[in-house]
Amino acid sequence: MKAPAFAYVKPASLAETFELIERYGEEARLLAGGQSLVAALNMRLAAPRVLIDIGGLREFAGINVMEGTLAIGALTRHRDVERSPEIARHLPLLHQALPHVAHAAVRNRGTFGGSIAFADPAAELPACSLALDAKFLIASKERARRVAAREFFKGLYETAMEPGEILLAGEFPVLESGYRSAFQELARRHGDYAIVGLAAHGRLANGVLSDVRLAYFGVGATPVLARNAAAAFEGKAFSDAAVSAAQAALEHDLEPSDDIHHSAAAKMHLARVLTGRVMAQLAGAER
Amino acid sequence: MKSAGGPTAASRTPNYIGVPLPRANAKRLLAGRGQYVDDIRLPRMVHAAFVRSPYAHARIVRIDTTEAHVPGVLRVITGAEVAGMCRPYVGVLAHVKGMRSAPQYPLAADRARWQGEPVAAVIAETRALAEDAAQLVRVEWEELPAVTDAETALEPATPVIHPELGDNLCFERRVDSGGVDEAFARADQVVEATFVTTRHTAVTLEPRSILADFNPAERQLTVWHSTQVPYMMQWILARHFGLSEPRVRVIAPDVGGGFGLKIHTYGDELATVAAAILLGRPVKFIADRLESFVSDFHARGHCVKARMAVSKAGDILAVDVDDLYGIGPYSGYPRGSANEGIQVANLVGAPYQQRAYRARSRAVFQNKPMYGQYRAVGHPIACITSEGLVDLAAEALGRDPAEFRRRNYLPADAYPHTLVSGLTFERLSQHEALDKLLAMMDYRRLRAEQAELRKRGVYRGIGLASFVENSNPSSATYGQGGVSIAAQDACTIKLTATGGITVASSINEIGQGGYAVISQIAATLVGVPIEQVKVVIGDTEVTPYGGGNWGSRGTGIGGEAVFQAGKALRANILNFVARLTESEASLLEIRDGSVVEAASGAVRMSLEEVARTAYFQTARVPRDFQPELTVTRSYAQKTYAGTYTNGIQASHLEVDVDTGFVKLLRHWVVDDCGTIVNPLLADEQIRGAVVQGIGAALYEQCLYSPEGQLLNGSLIDYLVPMAGEMPDIEVGHTCTPTATSELGAKGAGEAGTAGAAAAIMNALNDALRPYHARVFTLPFTPERVLRALGKIQ
Repeated sequence: MKAPAFAYVKPASLAETFELIERYGEEARLLAGGQSLVAALNMRLAAPRVLIDIGGLREFAGINVMEGTLAIGALTRHRDVERSPEIARHLPLLHQALPHVAHAAVRNRGTFGGSIAFADPAAELPACSLALDAKFLIASKERARRVAAREFFKGLYETAMEPGEILLAGEFPVLESGYRSAFQELARRHGDYAIVGLAAHGRLANGVLSDVRLAYFGVGATPVLARNAAAAFEGKAFSDAAVSAAQAALEHDLEPSDDIHHSAAAKMHLARVLTGRVMAQLAGAER
Repeated sequence: MKSAGGPTAASRTPNYIGVPLPRANAKRLLAGRGQYVDDIRLPRMVHAAFVRSPYAHARIVRIDTTEAHVPGVLRVITGAEVAGMCRPYVGVLAHVKGMRSAPQYPLAADRARWQGEPVAAVIAETRALAEDAAQLVRVEWEELPAVTDAETALEPATPVIHPELGDNLCFERRVDSGGVDEAFARADQVVEATFVTTRHTAVTLEPRSILADFNPAERQLTVWHSTQVPYMMQWILARHFGLSEPRVRVIAPDVGGGFGLKIHTYGDELATVAAAILLGRPVKFIADRLESFVSDFHARGHCVKARMAVSKAGDILAVDVDDLYGIGPYSGYPRGSANEGIQVANLVGAPYQQRAYRARSRAVFQNKPMYGQYRAVGHPIACITSEGLVDLAAEALGRDPAEFRRRNYLPADAYPHTLVSGLTFERLSQHEALDKLLAMMDYRRLRAEQAELRKRGVYRGIGLASFVENSNPSSATYGQGGVSIAAQDACTIKLTATGGITVASSINEIGQGGYAVISQIAATLVGVPIEQVKVVIGDTEVTPYGGGNWGSRGTGIGGEAVFQAGKALRANILNFVARLTESEASLLEIRDGSVVEAASGAVRMSLEEVARTAYFQTARVPRDFQPELTVTRSYAQKTYAGTYTNGIQASHLEVDVDTGFVKLLRHWVVDDCGTIVNPLLADEQIRGAVVQGIGAALYEQCLYSPEGQLLNGSLIDYLVPMAGEMPDIEVGHTCTPTATSELGAKGAGEAGTAGAAAAIMNALNDALRPYHARVFTLPFTPERVLRALGKIQ
């Protein structure tokens, strides 16, 4: 478990970073918190010739709230997101999800941008981004652009980012009045990737649910926004009947496959159980 | 607890036996001053990495090492070259009748027989370079059909791994009291189940590690080895490399966990030694976590079909067991891979009166990693089978499982008791242990709470598991089978020049607390403050000969040798001082580092004066008297095959019947290991062992494809128990010292593992009872629980 030899450079600016990316092309990988990449190097699953350590670009670390949008810099550590009062106030879904991201030691180093760009389908933050309808700020040497989370996750470890692009930030609409979030995942040991997890966000006004977004993770190649299941709650009060309808509708939203420990049937069953539990939590109902 | 012998209650030197002292070496380890093999760096040292078979079974057509000879690489060694230096080995024991295996070589030469078997060693300036070059060794393979299912391993259509053996059977053991079929025929109730335990592995924090250095001028081999058994390794290295045994030195520095993993012979370690001999340079090999998963010994992939006959009155009439398990492609060397099966056949139903008993256990070869002894060898399987059947029988008869156990225990006056299998229990304390456990857990209250919570849709379960655990093994385990693994241990205690003692022992420290146990016994028996004790362990060149750490024998056997050596040194000192002071030894004592008059407590000589007189001022010593202030004593337990310990565990858990998740609420253990030297260590041994049993019950499982590929060979996918999920584990003791030694200690290291999984299985099935759902296949994953509940098909 020793990484093959690689060169290491630590640019001091974004411009320099783009130059390095241009120079080394596909032979280079960006290093942020290193919590996935370094393990992959040591297991010889990845063998880049150059590591470009972007950890020095401190202007892309931090949390900013401006005009209804909360921006999380790509290099913000998970631990800082977890402990941020702004996140707790404006994005309670992330606040609930962060303690489930691996272990404290990993959260101390792992970054928000690393988790999003790596796009592990069983990870928490991509699913939360879907549920919260986040946008990602992406830049190349030539231009900057924003991609909606819903367009971002393309496949297994595959995103809408193109060669030469860097993820700079995630932008989230801050919590509007009447909206609520709930988050749960099922993992056999705390901190493991979830067998199934669900990030939920929606409006509850006068006992009526609307604009419900249910983002499941661990059940496919990408996190999945379950539109059919969410529709079962639209304009309805929380009830067993609504839960049953949503659970049935999941058939059309999710296509889990077997993993080494769990069958697709078990994952589907667990996704349905979570649907009831998480929506009960969101609706503040006793269950 | 027995008196330790010497010091009296009035003594100012504490009796350290039974005292919960913090372990003496903990501060050093916590301060980062431990020295494990990987911390040792020698001049001119180079590193080994291995090319391993990617197939479970394949012919090696050719190996081309040309490209691997890059700068920094010193040598690439293949199977044929090592085979020319190291005699092959066969893991059979002469006294295990019918056991068979085939010659094994450190590196596969013609055929690889498991995925991960080492095929070539690359020796380079750094481990990273060695790994780079290992990727450049070109091996042409011809994949062969693999044997990966124990159930079909003996069928005629299945390929035979060693054609010269005729079939894939390694060994079979049968035990039969007679009368089993008759007992089942007249039984009021018969219960049966198939208990499946899956392959798992020990996952020591420190992986296997070796540093070998060969000095050609003296033909002296020195190895620093993460091992539980320095003397066994000395014998093996001398024998297989044709070296003079006194010129093989094995040093075990700090060892980060053993659990039985480090009592076996590993081809990659032998190949590292071969490389050191070939190169005349020190060669280090530290197994990384990925290769550990495919090269460490595994254990416990058993399928046990078992049934129990009971009478309406509540008596167990008969037990009938058929165990099948798949080992690796060879029986392990030098201990064999039969011990798990032997223990299953010997011990199912052992805590109970066995009116009629029959068992068969078969071990078959497979194309999977090597397989053998791991903490509590075979006992967890026997316990799962016994205790699973006992709970099924109690349920079938409508009896409380605690009371059903009590009724069927071996009677308290039945000892020594010899089992159908021929083993003898010296004395167990089952009734007392059960009473104590039920009180500790407040069994009645828990049952009442369980009933109350069920009405509210909360499903909690309470599970009991009585266990027995072998310890202090005699030479019946290995020595009588022609294997040079010592059943004896020894201790040398030396009075130092200033009145302290150094204690050299053949048992060693693998994280279990051996160091502390040796100190406490020696300080007590000699009569010195514990700060005046230095323990010397883990080096064949400076410690007396002995068996080391396995089979729950360290305190019971090694500790008794310390006890006897301490007693002998004290007697020598007292005789010496009696002669010097014209007194009687019987009127003197050693207290707090001084020889005193027993009656008055008046100091006659400090131990420093004793040493000074004996070593420097010999003119004061009578001419006809030679004080012996360095003594060695040895001990072997020869009365029984082993001195069995016993106890009972209980698990309290809650099942989420929607998700199949199991939450452990609490775990209790009452253990009887005889005399306890250090209660803190004994309790922590039990807790650690319970956690490994919890691993087996809920998490650990090596998953294989039908082709024999390990699917979860990393700590991402192979789940070990983590602190966050562990319940509080409450430990109590009953104390039945063994009469085979003066110390009276029996083993404490394995009992926790023996019973934990069975307690959890019974608690889980107790929780699922309202759903008429049962699980008998470990680990109890959400998937398996959901299937049992019928929630998924």
